[in-house]
Amino acid sequence: MSDQQTAGQRPDEAQDDRQDGAAAAVGKFLEFTDGAVASYFESCVHCGECAEACHFYLSTGDPRYTPTYKLLPMVKAYRRARAPLRTVRDMFGLLPDDPTLDELREWGPLVYDSCTMCGRCTLVCPMGIDIAGTIARMREGYVAAGLAPEGLVHATEMVRRTTSPMGVTAKALRAQVEHQEKETGIPISLDEKGAEYMAILSSMEIMGYPEVIGAYARLFKAADISWTISTKAYEATNIGVQIGSGALAREIVQRVVDAAEELGVRHVISPECGHAYGALRWAGPNLIGRRYDFEVVHIIELIDRLRREGRLPIGNRDARRITLHDPCQIVRRGGLLKEPRRLLDAAASDFVEMDNAGIANLCCGGGGGVSANPRAAELQSRAFSCKLDQLNAIEGLQAVVVPCANCRSVFEDALDEREIDNFEIIGLGELVASTLDQDKAAQG
Amino acid sequence: MSFLQIVEGPLFWVAAAVFVLGALWRVGGLIAMKRRRDIAPPTGSAAAGFIRGNLRHFLPRAAFARRTWIHLVGGYGFHLGLFVLLLFAAPHVAFLDKRILGFSWPALPRWAFILVAEIAFAGLIILWVRRISEPVMRLISDADDHVGSWLTFLVMLSGCFALQQSHDALRATHMFLVDIWLLYFPFSRLMHAFTFVLSRGHTGATYGRRGITP
Repeated sequence: MSDQQTAGQRPDEAQDDRQDGAAAAVGKFLEFTDGAVASYFESCVHCGECAEACHFYLSTGDPRYTPTYKLLPMVKAYRRARAPLRTVRDMFGLLPDDPTLDELREWGPLVYDSCTMCGRCTLVCPMGIDIAGTIARMREGYVAAGLAPEGLVHATEMVRRTTSPMGVTAKALRAQVEHQEKETGIPISLDEKGAEYMAILSSMEIMGYPEVIGAYARLFKAADISWTISTKAYEATNIGVQIGSGALAREIVQRVVDAAEELGVRHVISPECGHAYGALRWAGPNLIGRRYDFEVVHIIELIDRLRREGRLPIGNRDARRITLHDPCQIVRRGGLLKEPRRLLDAAASDFVEMDNAGIANLCCGGGGGVSANPRAAELQSRAFSCKLDQLNAIEGLQAVVVPCANCRSVFEDALDEREIDNFEIIGLGELVASTLDQDKAAQG
Repeated sequence: MSFLQIVEGPLFWVAAAVFVLGALWRVGGLIAMKRRRDIAPPTGSAAAGFIRGNLRHFLPRAAFARRTWIHLVGGYGFHLGLFVLLLFAAPHVAFLDKRILGFSWPALPRWAFILVAEIAFAGLIILWVRRISEPVMRLISDADDHVGSWLTFLVMLSGCFALQQSHDALRATHMFLVDIWLLYFPFSRLMHAFTFVLSRGHTGATYGRRGITP
């Protein structure tokens, strides 16, 4: 019995399942191939420069991790069924076969384990191909065929049960909020109707870095803005975007939209979490089919805005030698390039940029669902070596600002694994909150 | 009708028609597929992003230039050389004047033709040798990549042989290869000469709305 054949199935039934799975994947590949994706497939000249931008290739030297190669099954489906002039190619027997389920399964590690959808390959591509965005669409096919990695499937099940991929319940949120109220001495409202801002957080922040909530309390008290957290929609993580399930991504966005509109807030704050920003700010309206009645503002954008308005007076700047990691979905694919730098210039007296800082910065290796995929653990750790090289190149480095909870967790795990403890990993909001001039803030 | 007359006459016009109609069909097909509508409130302009994306990818970013310099040198050497030869080689200027446009412009002197041809050949050879020797390019290359490279090489080579226009056989060989190249072009990856505008533009527009040009 083949490994694809389940117990009690006749061989012909197993064969049918394989064909159905492959057909489902191909159907999604074609559904998600619009003029943009088609132009990417048509213009790639197989120069391979994208490999030189990919941390998975750079850290392993394995040509299979060449970004454009990861798209091959989707390219084949396109050429066979959608490409202009395909009938002429067919006359010469030049059309490729549709990808089989076995081929798709073989490609799984390239689509999920070795792509964080960081988009760095686009920068080096002479054709400007958005490979990361195309991988995101390709994953829809993988989900349809039931080929998504187990770790991500488990996370989606957890989201369906608890709304959080880590199983964080509203009760756990309340406990963390109460703890932060005690820590800061500042009351934090939950489910407050009429608040101006509604904050959402990633599970990792709630459970791993709850001090983020305290930082919000200090910053927003200083700026004198009203804010709240909804116990119905506190989770920012959008596992649907990571695994490639538009339906689940829509459900998660809709939950936030419903809560925000029920509370009547004017702004929803996207947290220091890369893909959550892209999911809510850029994909969200397209997923639910309409614009929101509120503005989505990233926490970095908001803090920067408040500081420039003079509502967040900075006191003593952090004197440590600090550098900034650029989370891919916030900076390169999110457009927030200047904001974190303005904040660091204001809050740190020895802020130094790492090599390739800004739009060309290297990914941590754990984005795009890779860190939730145990199958990819070893590869992720190797990819982090590229990031570590950037950090090690900075003499006397004492702290790294990592404004993404997922990146931060990847950093901490990778540094622990390597027993490196000579610099601290911190969030940007916490850094700014810790440098607030409390006297001026109190005077308003 | 001699072979030269055929390849410069009816076959050329058929090939040119296939080239033009095929390229238009393929590009038109891509445009007709449309892009998914994006209703997220923009912070920048998609149209400006389309243009910025197209311009930005002409030049490499410093972060990658060291790793990709072979392609830069080979790619620009070949492409610029090819365009200069195509538009300024004396026989091409004369051919375009007499057969198609009815007007001409100054052509390259012979020494400049040879210099530019050498640069174009060197670029093309660098790119192809890299394609067959570098593990990444070996893995991702297919027959179309090699056929396109070799056809272009043969067109250029026969063009150099035919430069003096002293032997009809050499001129006919060049024109025959040009006809084959024109017939092959719209069905091949050579179409990147046109589709690059769309791929750069789509990415530029998508991220232009987000206020950034990756």
